[in-house]
Amino acid sequence: MEPVSHAPQGLLGKYVFSFDHKVIGIQYLITAMVMAIFASFLAVIIRMQLASPENKIILPETYLSVVTIHGTIMVFFVISLGLVSGLGNLLIPLCVGARDMAYPFLNMLSYWTIVPACLLILASFLVEGGAAAAGWTSYPPLSALAEAVPGSGLGQTLWLLAMALFIASFTMGGLNYLTTILNMRARGMSMMRMPLVVWTFLIATVLGLLAFPALTAAAIMLLFDRHGGTSFFLSSGMIFGDEVLANEGGTPLLFQHLFWFLGHPEVYVLVLPAIGVAFDIIATYTRRPLFGYRLSVYSLLVIAFLSMIVWGHHMFVTGMNPYVGEYFSIATVLITLPFTVLGLNLIASLWRARMRLTTAMLFALGTVSAVGTGGLGGLYLGTAAADIFFHETYFVVGHFHFMIGTVTFLALFGAIYHWFPKMFGRMLNEKLGKLHFWLTIVPMFTMFILMHFQGLGGSLRRTYTQIYDFSEGGAALHPWISGVAYVVVGAQILFFVNFFFSAFAGGRVGDNPWRSTTLEWSTSSPPPHGNWEGDLPVVERDPYEYGEGGTEGDFSPQAAAQGAS
Amino acid sequence: MSKSSSRFSAAALVTFFGLVTVLTTYGFASKDWLPVVASEHGVLVDGVIAYLLITTGVIFVIGHGVLICFVWRYSVPDEDSSGEGSSDGSTSRPAYKPVSRKTEWKWALIPVLVMAVVSEVGVLFLGIPVFKDVYGETPADAVQAEVVAYQFGWFVRYPGADGKFGRTDPKLVHRTDNPVGLVEEDPDAKDDVVVPSGLLFLPVDRVAFIRLRSHDVLHSFCIPQFRVKQDIVPGFTATTQFKPTKTGQFEIACAELCGLGHYEMRGLVDIQTVEEFESQLVEEGPWFGDY
Repeated sequence: MEPVSHAPQGLLGKYVFSFDHKVIGIQYLITAMVMAIFASFLAVIIRMQLASPENKIILPETYLSVVTIHGTIMVFFVISLGLVSGLGNLLIPLCVGARDMAYPFLNMLSYWTIVPACLLILASFLVEGGAAAAGWTSYPPLSALAEAVPGSGLGQTLWLLAMALFIASFTMGGLNYLTTILNMRARGMSMMRMPLVVWTFLIATVLGLLAFPALTAAAIMLLFDRHGGTSFFLSSGMIFGDEVLANEGGTPLLFQHLFWFLGHPEVYVLVLPAIGVAFDIIATYTRRPLFGYRLSVYSLLVIAFLSMIVWGHHMFVTGMNPYVGEYFSIATVLITLPFTVLGLNLIASLWRARMRLTTAMLFALGTVSAVGTGGLGGLYLGTAAADIFFHETYFVVGHFHFMIGTVTFLALFGAIYHWFPKMFGRMLNEKLGKLHFWLTIVPMFTMFILMHFQGLGGSLRRTYTQIYDFSEGGAALHPWISGVAYVVVGAQILFFVNFFFSAFAGGRVGDNPWRSTTLEWSTSSPPPHGNWEGDLPVVERDPYEYGEGGTEGDFSPQAAAQGAS
Repeated sequence: MSKSSSRFSAAALVTFFGLVTVLTTYGFASKDWLPVVASEHGVLVDGVIAYLLITTGVIFVIGHGVLICFVWRYSVPDEDSSGEGSSDGSTSRPAYKPVSRKTEWKWALIPVLVMAVVSEVGVLFLGIPVFKDVYGETPADAVQAEVVAYQFGWFVRYPGADGKFGRTDPKLVHRTDNPVGLVEEDPDAKDDVVVPSGLLFLPVDRVAFIRLRSHDVLHSFCIPQFRVKQDIVPGFTATTQFKPTKTGQFEIACAELCGLGHYEMRGLVDIQTVEEFESQLVEEGPWFGDY
């Protein structure tokens, strides 16, 4: 790939319709940050409503719309955009030693496909009936019939179109990731010399490409059910206001299978890159090679495989055959085994380290703790017999907010503190960063651990207010969770200030301020168009060669010639 | 960053991880969060949950214990150089030498085996007996009832003396005149008992076999104290069974998002002595009792 082939010309080509992966990565990141503001605002509304049992600050139907869109935006338009699309774009060509992505035009198109998707989701609050209100899972019949819930009007159609655009965008980005990683690695960059974060992007991409089309099919079928009079997901005999609908022959369960065929791997699309980020950050700040690189790669592959065949664990109580449920249960808890290896390797990598507790490292260590804390909760839900009780309770809410909320956000923040110098050639303020870390991790752990207690008490999710006697104990925690939630949302102002101030006025740094081994640090900060002046680097070494007697003191960059020390 | 501020970070992190470990463990152990159990298989479900709380609790504490030790022991003053001249002597830094394949596997083996045992024991040895109760054979003396869910409430039907549920037809459904859409011409329907208020009454210490149908969207039949949860999917009849072990009234909740009234779709189950149950059935009488 010759850089000159798409060298930026003019302001529009450089910053708006850029083909440069670094610019596109930052575009994704900033889009994710903007969407995060909206999703956090929705979270605050949810928490205000739940703060006291008598609260009626919004209508029940609005509450459902707010919950639905909060979840949708956070999963697909914040975490996925920021962590997978943003960071992936920024890092992959730099880490594997390529001038750019394999298909720069497709990359630009991928970004400009997600922008209308974001606008559609936001606009859906303005249409009649309000935004989609069937939950982020959008199960029919609620999502299929306008009679079923107010948000199931135009708002639901916009939701489906936004999801279709999201998948189209992810597919374009994914093809780029896959091709770039497989075909455009620098000379000497064998697969087993790739940083773990690149491995996780590769695996996440393959998972996305395999799993997401199922939801495209489901979304199209659902659109037909909504607007074409078909009955893919609708059975006979549904009654609304004593009127029997004419539909017959379909079943809502089909949608659930298709949704979770996407939905479960999607969790790993988000969590695996978070773990990859933690690995890479830990290697740099411990000044030691990661423990068990190979076994970590194998574990990631096993997790990826298992994640494709366990979707049914979201449906234990739907009425599926209990033997099928048992299969899904057995396979699901098997995932704990490769995860145990990853957890072990993350912690063992700290052994005999020289650990520098920078902001990035604090976030990485927070990620490690969150993976363990949240991950163990998964056993309760994956064990079908226990899930009879936990299904649809706040235990589930606490669990997934730990795994695809806390783990991913902590890793994403860690990544931004770590790679910010590469993006802008400047540092984020470390003091502000540490304050941001503490005001983020403490509230997040508090909120989501308390939700596990609520779930154990039987509190049911997606409830506008708490009316049941059996879950009074759990509901008593709601005011505390709300109070803490306001803190964590407010604390993000620190991050925004730090990010935008430092991008323009942060302290300037050299090419490799953290003294890191991987290839992205072998070029200038920020890298020029085409990533390296002159020839591409040739990779001579493993990704994490830290230790006395390296070519640069206590480390040897991947591109340093063998025997040079 | 100065040396003291880095030590402060290490101390803060160790304190935080310590508090997470202690408070979470204390939180789970300090109080019996679970609603009081009132069914036979519910005790087994609670057994699975208790087993998981103990095993994952131990793993959680050990994992965080190690993390805490490592953070405290191996964190060094933060400085932007590689630490040359740093003399706290806490660690030595050998030259780069990746861990051997053998060491990797050796260290992974025991934790993986432990997790395999912990997780599959929960699913297989403790979980399958629960499944046998919930999804297994129904005893001959089981009481039958049907629960019909709608936005946003419940109807209840009993098969009457013949033990057979009569046919229903959605076209006949009328909120007040014929809540479940009973077909009057069907002889099996003649003695069916319908409770439009949705009060489900059942005898204690007898297995109740419940048919579940929905008139409109997805619902879920959930009685937390019985550890019962079964989704109700329009288009087919789901079933669940349980044996109540305590008399009294318990709440039924809808546990699947079903629309704007989802949060207040509360029902009641009244567990009675067999005599009370029989007499209430007679009292309610067949829906088409006048004919």
